[in-house]
Order: sequence, then structure tokens, then C-alpha cells
Amino acid sequence: MSQQGLLRPGIIQIRVLDVDEAITHYCDRVGLELVSREKDGRVYLRCFDEFHRHSVVLREADRAGLDFFAFKADCQASVEEFRKRLENYGLKVDDVASGEQPGVGARIGFMTPSGHRIEIFADMALSESENAPETKNPYIWNAEPKGMRAQRMDHCLLYGPNIDQVEKIFKECLDFTTPERVEVPDGTLGIWMTVSNKAHDIAFVRHDEPGKLHHLAFFLQDWNDIGYAADLITRYDMSRDLGPTRHGITRGQTIYFFDPSGNRNEVFAGGYTYYRDQPPRVWDHNNVGRGIFYYERKLNDAFLSVLT
Amino acid sequence: MTVSGQTVPQKCTIRIMGDPVSYSCGRDQKVLLALEGSRQMAVRVGCRQGGCGACRVRVVSGQYRTTKMSVDHVTPEERAQGFVLSCRLFPESDLVIEPAFVSPKQSRNQEPD
Repeated sequence: MSQQGLLRPGIIQIRVLDVDEAITHYCDRVGLELVSREKDGRVYLRCFDEFHRHSVVLREADRAGLDFFAFKADCQASVEEFRKRLENYGLKVDDVASGEQPGVGARIGFMTPSGHRIEIFADMALSESENAPETKNPYIWNAEPKGMRAQRMDHCLLYGPNIDQVEKIFKECLDFTTPERVEVPDGTLGIWMTVSNKAHDIAFVRHDEPGKLHHLAFFLQDWNDIGYAADLITRYDMSRDLGPTRHGITRGQTIYFFDPSGNRNEVFAGGYTYYRDQPPRVWDHNNVGRGIFYYERKLNDAFLSVLT
Repeated sequence: MTVSGQTVPQKCTIRIMGDPVSYSCGRDQKVLLALEGSRQMAVRVGCRQGGCGACRVRVVSGQYRTTKMSVDHVTPEERAQGFVLSCRLFPESDLVIEPAFVSPKQSRNQEPD
């Protein structure tokens, strides 16, 4: 697939109530590598199969939730092009200086009408870890992956108001498409959007309160690894939400669980390959339960209301 | 176990306002997990980690201690009034609690932390 402009999810920065508990969770359980702990307290993490320096940033705060979600672009000229398109749409775009996060170049950012901060950047240093993916005659990994063996930070699901406007901005300014959507009698309940040929890179569900995080997802190899993750969740008495199960939407195989600050995590495998010429898949209010939880075939209270 | 010659019970009794059943909870046990184990329905179960606010309650009477919870759901003023997240609540005596879940609060989310 030819892909220019925006490439993929690049960074998620989340708030945690206790950074040491969060490190144990994300490194020892989910399996990320601790890249660095900086003077301002932020902690930088990388999944074992990611080439670049970091993808998950933890910031200790007195509330949980999302600071921002950032997409990586192919070059700085594309970032400037996105700035123009966002400003022409009428959004206020701000700048984050190069080096505000170690190894990361200049970023631009804006607030969505759903109350979330989205950023775009082009440059991030490649990982200098001895366990970074190899490029010459590569092994599938250098050191065997830890914990749930998360390969990459994959996507997030955000909750907030005005998701019709959010969809318009992501389509018109950032070249996203919407492979799947949930339409209920009073309008759009959810949109699953992609800028690549993954089934989703980001999703939004309509909700009264702005700026909420539903989950942050990590990609695993396959259904067997989802089962292994479930074994770890029980062994370490982690707070499980739902699964192992499958989503009808995206077809991903999944478990939902919570980090020690209540931020929901997903480990996810599979999901279909998407191309832009595929017609959108639409779920109605009678079938949304099967869309979200394919085996249970009903929504639970937590999916719609437990957020950070 | 004795403290100053008095016997201190290992288990505390938790009562929920309006619920005729009483629940048993250890002093080193989170109240929400004791309630969840008893399959009660009055207090909602969410993240169980102090972040989402689903299990918010007010302690009507009794002694207790808490660990860190999101200020999105319990402000310092509310904490002084007995509001807590029951997933961060440990009993130090018998407790009476009432469910105090609040649906989305738009204003709080805008406050800087």
C-alpha cells in the first residue's frame, strides 16, 4: 500500500497515579522496555518490536487518563502541510519544541472537539537498545520478549462529545478513513478510523464528558499470546475487565484489563487488513453488542462508562 | 491479635445503606473486592485501581484508611466529607457506607493537575 503523509500511531503519553507501580505493570507484565526516566519524572517505554526510541510515556499525576496521542508523519514537510490544513479548517495548532521528549523532533498539536490533544511529529531517534529490532540478517528478537510480549503500541479508543466533527477533521485534514462505525437511532455512537491498512489506528465513542480515555492497546502475535496474557493476568491478580474474546468490529482478538491507575489496557491480535477501496462496515443498535464483544453478543455497563 | 490489651477483630463488617445484608472485609482487604466477592449489586465495579470513579461511596460511619485515588472523582474537600473510592478503601472498624457514584462531571476534567 502506498502510504504518504501520516504513517502510524507514534506516542501515547498517559497520566498514572504512581509511576513505580506503572513501571512494574507496563514493563514486567505487558513486557515493554524501560528506555529512560527523565528529570521531570516522565518515564519512556518501548515495545520490543518497535524500531524507534519510545512509544509510551508515563507521567505521574493526581488523576489518571490521557495527556496526548501522537501520530508519526513521513517528513517535516508533511507536518507543515497538516498544520496548514488544520488551521484552514479553523483549528488552533500549537508547537512543541524539538527535544521536549528525548529523541523526538518538533511536534505540532491541537485539541479535538472531543477534548483530546492530538499531536503530529516526523522525527524520532531509532532505539539504541541492544534489544532493538535488527536490520541485518535479523533474528525475530534479540532477547526473548518479556511478560505479555507486546510487539507494538497499536491504537487507542477515546471517549468524548462531538465525534461527528472529530471524524470530519480526521478525514479532511489528516487523510483518515473510517472502516467501521456504529449508527444508533440518534446518530453516530462510534467511529473506528485508520490512516494505514490496519483496521484501526484510533477510535472514538460518543460520550458527554470530554477528554476521556477508554483504552490503550498493544499488539500481540496471535490468539495463543492472548491466552498467555490471560494467564499472566490471573497469576499476578491484575484487574481484568473482559475477555479473552473477539471484537466483531475490526475482528481483533482481545482482553481488556486495567493498569494500576485504572487506565484500561487492551492486548490485541489479528484484525483484518484494510484498503481504502473497501466499503465502510456499519453496525446498528440491535447488533452493536456483537460488534463490540463478538462472543458475548452484548455490551456491558463497563464498556460504556468505565473511563479515565 | 491484641493492641494495648484489647482484642482487635481481624474482620470488619461492612453495611451498605438500604441493604439488609452485611459483608465481611479484612483490615488488609479493599472494601470493593470484599463486596465484589459477595456479588452485591449496590456498588459498581469499574477499574478497581482508583482511576475511574465507578465504585465511589461515602463512608457514613467507622474508621478507615485509603490509598491514592484520582482527584477527578474525589477532591480533597470531598475526602474530608467521607467520600472515597471503595477500591482504595481499607476498614479499620466496622463501616457503614452509601453508594455515591456520580455521572460524568464536565467541569473537573478541565482543571489543570
